[in-house]
Parts: sequence; C-alpha cells; structure tokens
Amino acid sequence: MAATTLTVPASHVPVNSAARRIWRAVRRNRKATAGAVLLLLFCFLALFPGLIAHDSPTAEIYGRSMGVSSAHLLGTTAYGQDLFAQVVWGTRQVMIIAFGAGLAATAIAAIIGVTAAYVGGATDGVLNLITDVLLVIPLFPLLIVIAAYVQNSGTLVLITVLTLTGWSYTARQLRSQALSVRHRDFLEAAKVRGERAVYIVCVEILPTMTSLLVAAFLTNALYAVLFASSLQFIGLGDPNATSWGTMLYWAQNNEALQTGQYLWAVAPGVCIAALGAAFALLNYAFDEIGNPALRPVRKIRSKRVRPARS
Amino acid sequence: MSDPHVPEPVLEVSGLSVEYVLDRGVARAVDDVSFTVGRGEFLGIVGESGCGKSTLLFAVAQLLAPPARVEAGSVRFKGTSLVGLTDKQLAATRWRDLSVVMQSAMNALNPVKSIGAQFKDALRAHGVRRSDEIAARSAEVLRMVGIDPAHLRSYPHQLSGGMRQRAMIAMAMLFTPELVIMDEPTSALDVVAQRSLMVQIKELQEAYRFAVIFVTHDMSLISHFSDRLMVMYAGQVSEIGATRTVFDAPRHPYTQGLLDAFPSIRGAKVPLKGIPGSPPNLAMIPNGCRFHPRCPVAFDRCSVEAPDLYQQDGSLVRCLLYDDAASGSSSPAPTGGRADA
Amino acid sequence: MPDDPGQELLKAEHLTKHFKIGGALARHTLHAVDDVNFSIGRREIVALAGESGSGKSTIARLLARVYKPTAGEISYEGKPLSRLRSRRDRLRYSGQVPMVFQDPFSSLNPVFRASHGVLRSLKLHRPELSESQRRDEAARVFGVVGLDSEMLQRFAYELSGGQRQRVGFAQALVTRPKLILADEPVSMLDVSIRIGLLNLMAKLRDEENVSILYITHDIASARYVADRLIVMYAGQIAESGPIEDVLASPKHPYTQLLLSAVPDPRAPLGVAAETDKGEPPKVIDPSPGCRFRWRCPLAIDTCSRVTPVLAELAPGHQAACHVAQSGAEVKAFSA
Repeated sequence: MAATTLTVPASHVPVNSAARRIWRAVRRNRKATAGAVLLLLFCFLALFPGLIAHDSPTAEIYGRSMGVSSAHLLGTTAYGQDLFAQVVWGTRQVMIIAFGAGLAATAIAAIIGVTAAYVGGATDGVLNLITDVLLVIPLFPLLIVIAAYVQNSGTLVLITVLTLTGWSYTARQLRSQALSVRHRDFLEAAKVRGERAVYIVCVEILPTMTSLLVAAFLTNALYAVLFASSLQFIGLGDPNATSWGTMLYWAQNNEALQTGQYLWAVAPGVCIAALGAAFALLNYAFDEIGNPALRPVRKIRSKRVRPARS
Repeated sequence: MSDPHVPEPVLEVSGLSVEYVLDRGVARAVDDVSFTVGRGEFLGIVGESGCGKSTLLFAVAQLLAPPARVEAGSVRFKGTSLVGLTDKQLAATRWRDLSVVMQSAMNALNPVKSIGAQFKDALRAHGVRRSDEIAARSAEVLRMVGIDPAHLRSYPHQLSGGMRQRAMIAMAMLFTPELVIMDEPTSALDVVAQRSLMVQIKELQEAYRFAVIFVTHDMSLISHFSDRLMVMYAGQVSEIGATRTVFDAPRHPYTQGLLDAFPSIRGAKVPLKGIPGSPPNLAMIPNGCRFHPRCPVAFDRCSVEAPDLYQQDGSLVRCLLYDDAASGSSSPAPTGGRADA
Repeated sequence: MPDDPGQELLKAEHLTKHFKIGGALARHTLHAVDDVNFSIGRREIVALAGESGSGKSTIARLLARVYKPTAGEISYEGKPLSRLRSRRDRLRYSGQVPMVFQDPFSSLNPVFRASHGVLRSLKLHRPELSESQRRDEAARVFGVVGLDSEMLQRFAYELSGGQRQRVGFAQALVTRPKLILADEPVSMLDVSIRIGLLNLMAKLRDEENVSILYITHDIASARYVADRLIVMYAGQIAESGPIEDVLASPKHPYTQLLLSAVPDPRAPLGVAAETDKGEPPKVIDPSPGCRFRWRCPLAIDTCSRVTPVLAELAPGHQAACHVAQSGAEVKAFSA
C-alpha cells in the first residue's frame, strides 16, 4: 500500500493572494529564481540599453570583423557594426515580441478555453474543432507561409502572426483546468442568482486560474521568442531591424561560422537560448503551484523519537 | 498504556504524538495519545473534523508521509514496535496481521482493474501463488461479505457504493488478520446501506474474532457496535471507556455536548444547542484545557492548567472536574508503558 | 401550517425529469423524477428526504430552474414557471427562490471576500440601492444569520464550515426570498455545528417569514426543524404528510425501513431488516409497477403491474402503496 498524504489542517492553507503565492513559489524554487533573475536582466537591457552599450548598433563605422577588444566587447560584424551594441539593443524588439505575442495569445486562449469548458455543448464542440485544427497543423511551415504571404514584416505583423498560430496549445490546457472547476458550487450559485455567462467566465472563473494563466503566458512567450527568431533567421523578418534573429540572418548571409567570426552567430544564439530558458525555468514554479505533490519535500532532520511523556 | 481491563492486547499505542512540519511552524495533530486494543475487541474512535483521528489512524498503520511524522511515542503490535520498521519489515505484517479499510472505496480500489485482479495482487504479494488457491480464497471472502463471487470479474465502477465498501472489507479479510483498521468506511453511504454494512462488519468480527479500530464522526452509529469508545478533541483523547458508560453517563463536557447535538426521531422534541464556536487552530492551541473556550462549565483553573486523563469509574476523562488529586479520591491515570525509539 | 391556505407558494404537478444516458446516440433514459406532485405553503419548512438517487437533488434543481422539466409544471404564486420569458421575470424568480448549497468548501469563490456573493446578489436583484445601502444591508443580513459584520471582509478560507454555510444563507436572504431551497445544507458540517444551522433555519421561518425546502437524507434533523415531510424513493414520492404523523405511524414500507435504520444513541438497536442490503435502484427504462417491490416483504401481485399513486390515508398524510391503500395494516420493518 503506498503511503497517502493527508490534508493539512485548513488553518494552514497558504495565503490566498495570487501574487503572494506566485512570489513565494518563485523564491522557494531554485530553478524559478534563476529564471526570474535572468528575465529581470533582459528586461533591464530592453528598457535601458543605452546604459550598457554606448555605441550605436547600426553605425557601420568600425573596423570590419574585428575580434574581441576592450573597445568592442564582442568584436564587430563584417559591416563594421559593434556586436555588443547590437546584442544589447536587439533585446528590446525580442522582448516586445515575447510579451506582446505572449499576452495576446494567452488572452485568446483563456477566453476560448474557459468559454468552451463553461458553456459546453455545441459551442464547446465548435471551439474544440478550431483549436484542434490549429494544433494539428505544423506550426513552423504555417508561419513561413503566412509570413511570406503577408510580405510586410514589421514587429506588429510578427506579433499578430505568432498570436494567431500560438494560442491553441494553451487553450487546451486552460480548458481542461476550467472543466475541473466547472462543477464547483460557487459557479452554480452564481448561475442560480442570475449572473450572465460572460460575467461568470470573466469574473468568477478566470481569477481562480491566475497561476495557470501566468504559466500559459510563460509558455506562449517562450514560443514567441523561438519562432520569431527563427522567422527572422530565414529572412522573413525585417532585415534592417535590430534583433537577435536578424543578427543570425546577417551572420548566416556572411558565412560567419565558416569564416571564423564565431561571435556573430554565437552571441545572439546564446541570448535567444537564455531568454527562452528564463521563461522555461520560471515555469517550474508554476508546476508546483498547480500540483503541490511536486513540491520539494524538506528533509526533516531525523530525530530520535522521544520517549512518551510520563 | 497497560490497561488492566483489556485482556491480551493486540495493539498498544503509547504516548503517540504526530506533527506536521509546515512553513509557518509545527502543528501537532495528535498529542500524547495512548490506548490499547484487546483481541477481538471493537474500539470506536470518535471525533469531529480536525481532531486528529485520521492522522492517528495513519500513524498506527505506518502510512504517514512528509510533512507528517511521528514525533514521540510508540505503536506496538503484538509486542513488536511498528515505528521505525522499514517498508520491507512492515510488509510481512501488513495485510496478514493488520489491514486497513479506507474511507472511500473509489479512492482505494484501482479503477482499471477488476476486483478479482486486485485480490490476486494482494494474495500474490503475500506468497499465495497457485491460481486455484487464489480463486477459492477470493470467492470465499466475497461470500463472507454477501457479494456474489461472479463479481470478481466486475470493475469498481460497476458496483454500487455499498457493494464497493463491502469489496474493500472483503479484501481486508483475505488473510483474516488480527486487527482491521477502518477509516470512516460508512460515511459515503446512505443510512440504510450504512446500517447494513455495520451489521455485516459486526457479524464478521464475531465469527472470526478479529479486533477492529473504527474511526468515525458519527457517534450515534458507532454506539450500537463498539465495545469501547474513545472520544478525541484537538489531537488529544478527551474521554475513553466502555461504550454504554460513555453514552449513558458521559463525563467530559465535550462528550455531553456531542451527544446533545443529535436530534432524536423518537421521544419528545426538545430544542438543542450544539456546541458554540469551533475546534481550535492546531498551530495556536489555547492555554490550559483545549476545550475550555467552548465549555459551558469551565472554571478558572481550566484556562491555566492542562488536564491529564483522570480515572472515573472505569473511564478515563481529560477534565479538571475529575481531578480530585488534592482530595486524593482520584488520580491521574498512569500513561506509562515503555517508550521505544 | 401555511398561514394562507388559499394560495400555496409553490406547486409541482406531474413533475418529471428524464436524462438520456449513453451519449448522443442514447438509447436509455434515466428517470430521475417521475410524476411528482407536491406543494409548499408560506412560512413552513418542508423536508424532502430520501437516499442518494431518489431524485431529491434533481427536484431542487428543477425548482431552481437549473434543469427544465421533461413533463409537468411548476407554479410559483399561481403562475407557471414556463411562462417566465423575460430576463427580468427570471431574475425576479431567482431572487424569490434562491438556493443554498451543500458543500461549504466549494460554495464560496476562494478569490473573493465573504461579502462578494451578497453584494452581487444585491446588485442584481435590488438595483435601487446605493452602494452604501448595499453595504448596510450586507451587514444587516450577516447579523441575521449570526455572523459578525467584520466577517464580510474575510476570505472564504478564513471561515469555518459552519460560518461558510451561514454566508450561504445570507446570500439567499439578501434578496428577500419567500422560499429557500436548501440542498443538504448541514450534511458536510460537524455534528456539533449542525444544530446551530438548523436553529437558524427555524428562526428564518419564524422571524423572516421564509419557507424552506430542506433536502436531506437525515431524518432526525428533518424532524428537528421541519413541519412536513416528503419521502422520496427512486424518483417518486412514497409518502408525505405532517412530520410527526409520518414518523409516528409511517404508512409506506420504505418509510418504515428508513426509520428502522436511523441510529438513535439513546435507544437500543432495533431488529431491522437484516437481509436488506440497502441498494436503491437505478431507474433506467423502468417498467410499470412499484419500484420498491424487490425490497418489500409485503409486495403483492398488483405491485408488479400497476404503479401506485399517492392517496390520502389520514388527514394531510398520503402514501403511494397498494397494500396501505387497501386498508391493510402495513408493518414491514419494525423500528
């Protein structure tokens, strides 16, 4: 017989505020803390790039393909641009895409997923069909087709395209979660007192799913970073923009790896991986919130069992 | 605790304390509980939510998992201490000598395996290998609980609630253990099914002479079946004695309050009061007697001094009303018994 | 006894609810409620008792308009519910006939404070009140159910089970209802807390002029608060009448079985039906005839062919049993 966990006495249920729960989970889990630190670093770079990199990222005024030096921390590109400045200034566009597409995709996923679960019936069937179709279609080829068709490759278009293709995965997760709370009495109570379905979905259900919504956002942001960079890499982004993906594009065009200009490809690549890792690591904290069984069990200092009190 | 009233003890629990280690501190769910169960005896453990009865049961059956742990005391089954044994050592005792029936069969039975397959697992785990022996014993235990052996092929969801609980009990009987521990096996059932199951359990017990520890919140149900009754409050034993004594002459104000909270379907209709307030937060236990904030007869010593268990006409009561140590007419019961690591 | 015998508050006639089971290509029908007739008057507590599967929760949901009846009609203050078309009419009905739920741990939204449900009900049903009037009314109604007004600010997890159920009653009371549908409101509470809630229900009937439909499987608590008792079995009414009459001389064998199984700590255990295994039937595609016949020691030939209907056997006291209606003494299970 496996050991079973007992419910902890109700008085010990942790503080209800979602923000506080999230903060505690992040602090407690080492992986999540690392992710949070990384993310904050990138946010800082995106907000205040000028503080870190003093050179202009686009000016082609330096010597070409120079190596690492104190003037150019990562060297220069084949066009004479400072690599370090490009990496730092490129953060901004990537973060905008990550947060923009991440938030938008999560919002759509939440509305569709929860509505499907709550309303049920034919609506659920139709929404599920749409979700499943999008899930089954291989995303990257779809993205390529759409991006190539649209021709205009600005940031907003990228965000839109990523959002429209990316919401379906987390919609499924949110729908499952909403299904499990659908029969809670407080929802039936809301219905019986006369609330409308829209109110119930937005005010009564969604706030109880905060942790899952944040986790969905992290998943969608990660997806956005990776796919945006990939699209830019194959040339479907705006080649004149300052972004990690476009750096990879130009590096590839100039055969950077073959000609020994390693940093030109490696530096943006590492950044993409690091930002993606930041989102993924943070997600560990949310796994724990959702499923307390995954929480690390504190090692209880083994004590000799005391004799009974006489 | 060596209770002279109990012949041939099968289980001796002595000074058992169980704690939950949490972020905000330590909560003691079971505090210094001692009791003995004799051969063939039916002990009812009664209490409301949060009193620690389920934790106690899990501790006795060695099923505790972190953050819960046994902090003090001992559990001896037929003389052998169970606390501190490894899983392998426990496996020999489990099911053969001591089995457990859970509260909800749907939680304890594997939903994707037939009843027969689950019985087979249990039998094989304890060395019964021949399929004819397995089939015979499985059919026999089902008949013992009044289920047609054809149901060996059924899955748990195909049986009704009452039948599932009976199947659980049949499984617990596979090796006719000496002690069966039951955690509220009737609470998910309706009143008629409940009654029928209790009668079945009692019949089995009388036929096979095993001891039963039965944990429940339903005092009126257990009163007709148990030999002795133990009432728990806030992790401690508040009263323990022969069932009829506890019912006809409850000593502890909590027991009195509990009994008064059951409306009767026969006899005069009287307005009842229940017990005001709620059980204490186990991380913030009141000083003195744990029940005193809700006690209608509390006096000044009660908020300062924590009562021991005092003897009173064959029962033990944790209430200062029965502490006549000053006058010498009653004395705290010895909570001795050798402690074990 | 109803104050105003002229007009019943709520009346159910031939109320029926069937569910199709087995998915879209369903071939089987579950008869959750079949041809049920009863009424509820003003200022009375009617207990609806039965085992699980008897249909009592389905009736609550039919009355709350969560389900639509398959057949039959429910009338409130003389007007049939099927005529409620506009949102305003439906809102008015849900304010007059609110529901209190069974599970104190899921009946309050954990994200909001205890005042949330009360304030929302006020906003929906009494829109003429200003915000400060709403707050005052919330505090007042918390007081009626025995809660301190500071509890309005607490979150659900900070309240005990009994306190949460009182919040449930407060949410129902705030719309000035005439009838509260209480679906097993005390079953999940500790025994010592139940009495407090039962006393509250009696107080609501006496002081707030509210009727209550008290759904329960615990006959003893029904006796403690209710004026009348309706006993359900397998989707149909077996017996109904003033509660003391039904308990003192039950006419239907099922009622007798139920009463014999209720444990009473003060009385010695009676010799009840030892052979009864306590299995109520799942009523799927039933044939005509009494649904209790397989467990009934008094079943006669008619019981297998003709479904019994309720008939009055004593003033206000009805039972649906062929044997009882034939005038014979029914002594199936002794208490």
